[in-house]
Amino acid sequence: MCAKKVTQKPGDVPTTGHVWDGIEELDNPMPRWWVWVFYATIVWGIGYSIAYPAWPLISGATPGLLGASTRADVVAEIKRFDDANASIKQALVDADITTVSANPDLMSFAQNAGAAVFRTNCTTCHGSGANGIEGKGYPSLLDDDWLWGGDIENIHATITHGIRNTTHPDARWSQMPAFGADQILERPQIAEVVEYVLQMSGQDHDATLAAAGEAVYLDNCAACHMEDGSGDITQGAPNLADAIWLYGGSRDAVTYSVVNARFGVMPGWNDKLTEDEIRAVALYVHSRGGGQ
Amino acid sequence: MSSPDATEPPSLYAAREPIFPRRVYGRFRNLKWGLMGLMLGIYYVTPWIRWDRGPNLPDQAVLLDLAHRRFFFFMIEIWPHEFYFVAGLLVMAGLGLFLFTSAAGRVWCGYACPQTVWTDLFILVERWVEGDRNARIRLHRQKWDGEKVRKRAVKWTAWFLIAMATGGAWVFYFTDAPTLLVNLVTGQAGAVAYLTILILTATTFAFGGFAREQICIYACPWPRIQAAMMDEDTLTIAYRDWRGEPRGKLHKGEIAAGQGDCIDCMACVNVCPMGIDIRDGQQLACITCGLCIDACNDTMDKIGRPRDLIGYMALTDETAERKGDAPISVWKHVFRPRTILYTLLWGGVGVGLIVALFLRSAIDVNVSPVRNPTFVTLSDGTIRNAYDVRLRNKQGSDAVFTISVPFDSGLRAELEGLSGLSVTVNANETLSQRVYLNAPRGSAPATEDRTQVRMWFEELGTTNRVHQDTVFNGKAE
Repeated sequence: MCAKKVTQKPGDVPTTGHVWDGIEELDNPMPRWWVWVFYATIVWGIGYSIAYPAWPLISGATPGLLGASTRADVVAEIKRFDDANASIKQALVDADITTVSANPDLMSFAQNAGAAVFRTNCTTCHGSGANGIEGKGYPSLLDDDWLWGGDIENIHATITHGIRNTTHPDARWSQMPAFGADQILERPQIAEVVEYVLQMSGQDHDATLAAAGEAVYLDNCAACHMEDGSGDITQGAPNLADAIWLYGGSRDAVTYSVVNARFGVMPGWNDKLTEDEIRAVALYVHSRGGGQ
Repeated sequence: MSSPDATEPPSLYAAREPIFPRRVYGRFRNLKWGLMGLMLGIYYVTPWIRWDRGPNLPDQAVLLDLAHRRFFFFMIEIWPHEFYFVAGLLVMAGLGLFLFTSAAGRVWCGYACPQTVWTDLFILVERWVEGDRNARIRLHRQKWDGEKVRKRAVKWTAWFLIAMATGGAWVFYFTDAPTLLVNLVTGQAGAVAYLTILILTATTFAFGGFAREQICIYACPWPRIQAAMMDEDTLTIAYRDWRGEPRGKLHKGEIAAGQGDCIDCMACVNVCPMGIDIRDGQQLACITCGLCIDACNDTMDKIGRPRDLIGYMALTDETAERKGDAPISVWKHVFRPRTILYTLLWGGVGVGLIVALFLRSAIDVNVSPVRNPTFVTLSDGTIRNAYDVRLRNKQGSDAVFTISVPFDSGLRAELEGLSGLSVTVNANETLSQRVYLNAPRGSAPATEDRTQVRMWFEELGTTNRVHQDTVFNGKAE
């Protein structure tokens, strides 16, 4: 107990006058050091508002003597990461892209960097899961069916230059006549060739029409889509004999494609992304299950 | 403190009145010395216990390896995904506090709280340097002469060294203790180590040396929470005023007629580290350390009156004793439905954790089906599902795992980027591997909406084999 003689009893402590069910609220004084701490926080607060950005002005705020800025911190942080990644990015650019998958460090970096590039640039059309939109012309990147080739070099070339992209001379560029709209084929011929295509891809079809359609197909379609319908990746001609249809595989959808012809577009990315980003996203796409 | 006066409002704040607890001898003091030695011993010695775990693993028995996200506790190793063990221990700690508080009141505050233990240690040092209560009061009032400066300097230096050792011991729990000690001494340890020591030194010095009882009264939430856990059977420290009052001085040879047993010797007040008078009744500031019991028993022995004028008792005892009934035994207060329920809950969580600990499989694997998209159609019509598999190798050497699905499931497994079905996981690492399951066109899993499938993981060269049940999404037509 304190050095002073005890003179005070609990009953001597003044109350606030508040009473609940006979319980009184005592009005004990606060400890003095507590008040000092309070004053100290005021002093600290004044000092802080001088040292750091604090007081709002018409535009912005007082900058503070220490020049602290969270935006500058972010810029510095991004630069720090860019600097830290500079060497591995250069290694990725210098590497032979076909052998990167054998290098775990480079591959791990490409996977993560590529995923970020993909999320930012590619998901708008190809979807966040890279599965495109079936039947709407946005190809899935997860399957083994590739218009322009699914090996790493072809994927890299497609991303770099784009598809039907007028600003790049090396862009992928496919052509298909609009057989109906341009009146190259008669309506019955179109109906026959559609049945033949349905037959090639193992779907329900009218065998008589399909038999007649074979000749139409060989005359008009086989040059690009090949006699067996397997397509040609050098021309971007899709495989017509498999289970995957970019614009839908139903009788109506195939008819529409033959009548009007359909083409997808994709921007070339070499003026928006750096080479290391393109390589990273190419490796990322290649490792989603469909890469060849 | 100004005396209350109706015309003059009381001051809003007052200086702390210094407390000079007197030395006391007795049962509770001895118990507190013992507990203090035990707990400080555990705190300082634990990081130095070695435990051989084989190559590539730390040999410190208790280690919170934040950098590598591992927790080592003797033979137990906890990975981040097993954080539920830590959560379980926290639940047990919470229930333990409920149990002890409802059974024996503020025993945590009185005996085990670090604030209490270190304050006790600091008061011990204070007594060694400056003497007991009366000498300390004298020194407190003394001018700042040579003696006072010397004594204060010695005391504060000793406090500072204890504080530094306290902060210093803390950091040893987080990295290899012998290495860190060398690094600390040679100035090569990380800034965070020095900063932690600095902060803990400062808080120990300030809280144990100066703030003391004010931490309990103003800063700690526990005294406020406890009221919810105490009931009329909870053991607490009380003054038997029906026996002690009216109190009065007793002079040698006199027989005090009409007087209670309390001779107002102030022993209970003088030894109290919280600076309160237990005779005012149960109060928030009382940490139930039991020192007033020792002090009072000493006085009762001297004047030849029965002990335990101040003692551990429950509220129900007071009612009984006032009526003249015998108090019920301590055990009946301790064992009642409420405390038994707390004990069962506490024990249940404990048993659950131990069982979970022994049921941990040797291979730790996590299979999460990729749901975006749920399936992919390949050109030949095959339906493919992708799974992100995380394999953990908890051993000090590399391990090869083989992944498979039952042949009769109609599914075929494939690993991304690998030709076979085996994958190597480096020692002490977690590997993320994409696994594909393919169902041929027209097969049952390919055409059904959902198929249950069991994925097996086998460690090459061992008998370790675990499975994970997952689901295969087909192209329902």
